[in-house]
Amino acid sequence: MLIGNYMVKFTDDKLNEVKALMARYPEGRQKSAVIPVLHLAQEEFGGWLDVPVMDYVAELLSITPIEVYEVATFYSMFNLKPVGKYMFEVCQTGPCMINGCDEIIDYIGEKLGIKPGQTTADGMFTLKTVECLGACGYAPMMQLGKHYKEHLTKEKVDALIEECRRGAVANNL
Amino acid sequence: MSEQQLFKVTIDNITVEVPAGTTVLMAARMIGGDVTPPAMCFYSKLQGSGGKCRTCLVEVSKGSEKDPRPMPKLVASCRTTVMDGMEVKNITSEKVVDARAGVTEFLLLNHPLDCPICDQAGECHLQDLGYEHGKAGTRYEFSRRTFHKEDIGPYIQLHMTRCILCYRCTYVASQLTDNRVHGVLDRGDHAEISTYISKAIDNDFSGNMIDVCPVGALTDKTFRFKNRVWFTKPVEAHRNCDKCCGKVTLWNRGDEVLRVTARKDEWGEVKSYDGKTGWICNTCRFDKKDLKDWTIEGPARIARHSVISANHYVDTIKPKETIQEVMGGRQPKLLMDIHKVSDVNDPSVDLSRISGPATGATFEKKNA
Amino acid sequence: MGRQLLLAKKDVEGIRYFDTYRREGGYRSVEKALKTMSPDAVTEEVKKSGLRGRGGAGFPAGMKWSFLAKPEGVPRHLVVNADESEPGTFKDRYLMEYIPHSLIEGMVVSSFALGSNVSYIYIRGEYAWIVEILEQAIQEAKNNGFLGKNILGSGFDCEIYVQRGAGAYICGEETALIESLEGKRGNPRIKPPFPAIKGVWDRPTVVNNVETIAAVVPVINEGGEEYAKIGVGKSTGTKLISACGNINNPGVFEIDMTISVEEFIYSDEYCGGIKNNKRLKACIPGGSSVPILPANLLLKTAKGESRLMNYESLADGGFATGTSMGSGGFIVLDEDQCVVKHTYTLARFYRHESCGQCSPCREGTGWMEKLLLRFENGMGKMSDIDLLWDIQRRIEGNTICPLGDAAAWPVAAAIRHFRDEFEWHVTNAAEATTRNYGLAHYAEPLSVVA
Repeated sequence: MLIGNYMVKFTDDKLNEVKALMARYPEGRQKSAVIPVLHLAQEEFGGWLDVPVMDYVAELLSITPIEVYEVATFYSMFNLKPVGKYMFEVCQTGPCMINGCDEIIDYIGEKLGIKPGQTTADGMFTLKTVECLGACGYAPMMQLGKHYKEHLTKEKVDALIEECRRGAVANNL
Repeated sequence: MSEQQLFKVTIDNITVEVPAGTTVLMAARMIGGDVTPPAMCFYSKLQGSGGKCRTCLVEVSKGSEKDPRPMPKLVASCRTTVMDGMEVKNITSEKVVDARAGVTEFLLLNHPLDCPICDQAGECHLQDLGYEHGKAGTRYEFSRRTFHKEDIGPYIQLHMTRCILCYRCTYVASQLTDNRVHGVLDRGDHAEISTYISKAIDNDFSGNMIDVCPVGALTDKTFRFKNRVWFTKPVEAHRNCDKCCGKVTLWNRGDEVLRVTARKDEWGEVKSYDGKTGWICNTCRFDKKDLKDWTIEGPARIARHSVISANHYVDTIKPKETIQEVMGGRQPKLLMDIHKVSDVNDPSVDLSRISGPATGATFEKKNA
Repeated sequence: MGRQLLLAKKDVEGIRYFDTYRREGGYRSVEKALKTMSPDAVTEEVKKSGLRGRGGAGFPAGMKWSFLAKPEGVPRHLVVNADESEPGTFKDRYLMEYIPHSLIEGMVVSSFALGSNVSYIYIRGEYAWIVEILEQAIQEAKNNGFLGKNILGSGFDCEIYVQRGAGAYICGEETALIESLEGKRGNPRIKPPFPAIKGVWDRPTVVNNVETIAAVVPVINEGGEEYAKIGVGKSTGTKLISACGNINNPGVFEIDMTISVEEFIYSDEYCGGIKNNKRLKACIPGGSSVPILPANLLLKTAKGESRLMNYESLADGGFATGTSMGSGGFIVLDEDQCVVKHTYTLARFYRHESCGQCSPCREGTGWMEKLLLRFENGMGKMSDIDLLWDIQRRIEGNTICPLGDAAAWPVAAAIRHFRDEFEWHVTNAAEATTRNYGLAHYAEPLSVVA
């Protein structure tokens, strides 16, 4: 099935990965793989989970689609709407707040011309505020793709945006 | 089967013997009356239900004969099994009464309170809970939560704003139907019942979701805005059905069948017949709206306290004694015969036969 | 610096990799346990050590292990809780990131004791890069015969898999974690049954925190009795503390539980004092859910004794004048911080992370958040303080899992100790939106609250 530019089908390599994931659990408990497989699917199919993608995951794991929707909507890391190529997820919980995360959030928003929860018109950046990411000692911080960017300052944010524009950092994938 | 072990449990100072494995709530239901905690999410016929709404919290003041220590926190009576010698406080515990008032407040916090236009009004468990444990006013001063409306097909109306997330309907879908298409999505205060893809829920037994819903979140679309339940007359009826037990309650107005539901017991749960729960199929529920489809058994019993009972004097007891007996042989004495002093309402004047409004002259004419 | 059991080798170049870790004495506990001890003997040592769960609840680990049901023919599982999400806590991350083999080693020994042939690490989804570090460590351990089939010829097989979560604090609650591991929503289960009887896939399961399992290594190496000699009272061994907030030296420290809170905050070995020479206002010493304490009650108990960094001393005075060790997430607030705003961010956190299953938590957390925001915006009313108190009181203890309590306690403590700061927000509404209440009189000794 084709959605946008993506064919909703894993490559053989990824399918093997899915099989390996399913083999981690006892026979008949392949549902346990749903979160790891959704992570894979989100990486593979455009950084978010469209309905056909979730249906595909359900089919792979021999579970019903609603079981996948229930899980995908519960966990905050799964995007149910399209997001920018680079997602700045800035922590705003207590310890980050006392270290000035509000200023960083405002600064990023100003710089990119968007508010938290929004994506830039060119589809490059999404700004999102998130709750504690477990980096309280290195605040203020954000998650970008699979990595943390810590001890943020305005200068660091500038540099990071520049790097993203040049395509020099790992994106959401 | 070997003889089942019996445990003694005392709830609000009333002792009852129950088989081992019985929950505190079910033991309380055996006693009945005010001793029974309210249950908004627990449903004895649905496996895995309960524990969520916290309205049935009770205090265990003595754990058991063997280990008499009290339990440190209030426990959900629907999911706590009795131990031999256990002592439980329900309405005799101030802590329980306070916690229940709190839970009632939480459940009503974001509830739209649209009872005047809600089809569930009159048979709503949240309404009952509110009357018994709630306050007239709310301390909540923020806008209430709303949801996107979702159409789940021609038979069932979903009103997510009224939902209290008891999960009962999801258990019905998993345990009664072969393909659950709806569930609880999202989390926290935005969790909702949904199919995610606005899919019609069609399955022969999906209508039972309406019967288990404690509030007006899932209502019968074929009955929508047709009538208030307390104006309808419930009668028990049956038909031969190849899908279900065919034992139902018809909710009639005159000869018109407005609604068909499964029969409910005193706890608002679908009744069981020979150990099997009397769930009904969608054909019986939605398609058989003609009295000719049914064999009428008689009026349905409705609990006296229910608003549906108002003005229906079913099962009232006529005193056996005559008035004379009650009066100890004395004749009742008429204090004043109104007809001797006034002509108005004279029983010999048929007001329907005079043209125009009755006046003093109407009666004078007759006397003349 | 006190005894270092977990982080002693943290500065050794390449300690992340097997060869270095092994050269520095790693995996000795696996050799000792699998070659010379029975599974029950390992459990016995853990019991003797007095090791308490390091995730937050502080339940004795050995006792938890001894509850594990062992029905014939039913597999059992060890699941390591690496879903570290409690605000202020980042100690497990440090351990897994820099010394991953200490966790793997502890897991092999613990799996042996519990009879778990397949063990899982459930790690929060955001720690994506650590998944890779752990998987590499697992592969190295396998290649060197410390994991896999017939480990060290003992006949014991053990596989370890890393399961990634996807953003849900609630999955740190052990039954929610189990649900998540089964591929479901992270809704905590209603207990009983406890995981020790019916855990993942209805099999007997032990769920332990990363640090707890890593601490099994020194317990076995040194022996339970030796381990128990470190620390004081029921606070045996060492504890990782992740310190953050307005301090000069944020980071992860290993302490033996005899040092004072004052030393921990002001010593250069640890937090290095308050940043910018400001004064200490308040502290949440055990992760966001434990009660916040004003400076005077933090440094000295209500009895006037110096407060120590251990389970008993931090809890001294109950919640009226004490707090809790919790997970060891040490959040320090200086004189410029606003307790109302900080409490608001925590309330927002708990509302965001509530699973929504039970009504007091689902509805109550959002209500508290809204009220706290109203204070912060200068729209609060005096009566809202009592209302907040009433809401938290009716959440606490009445929910399915401890998240309700965790959401209620910070609000309760903020009102208990900083009520006048709330009142100030009401009476100085305009000012409250532009400046903070500051230190007020909290640096002076407070009268003891009964």
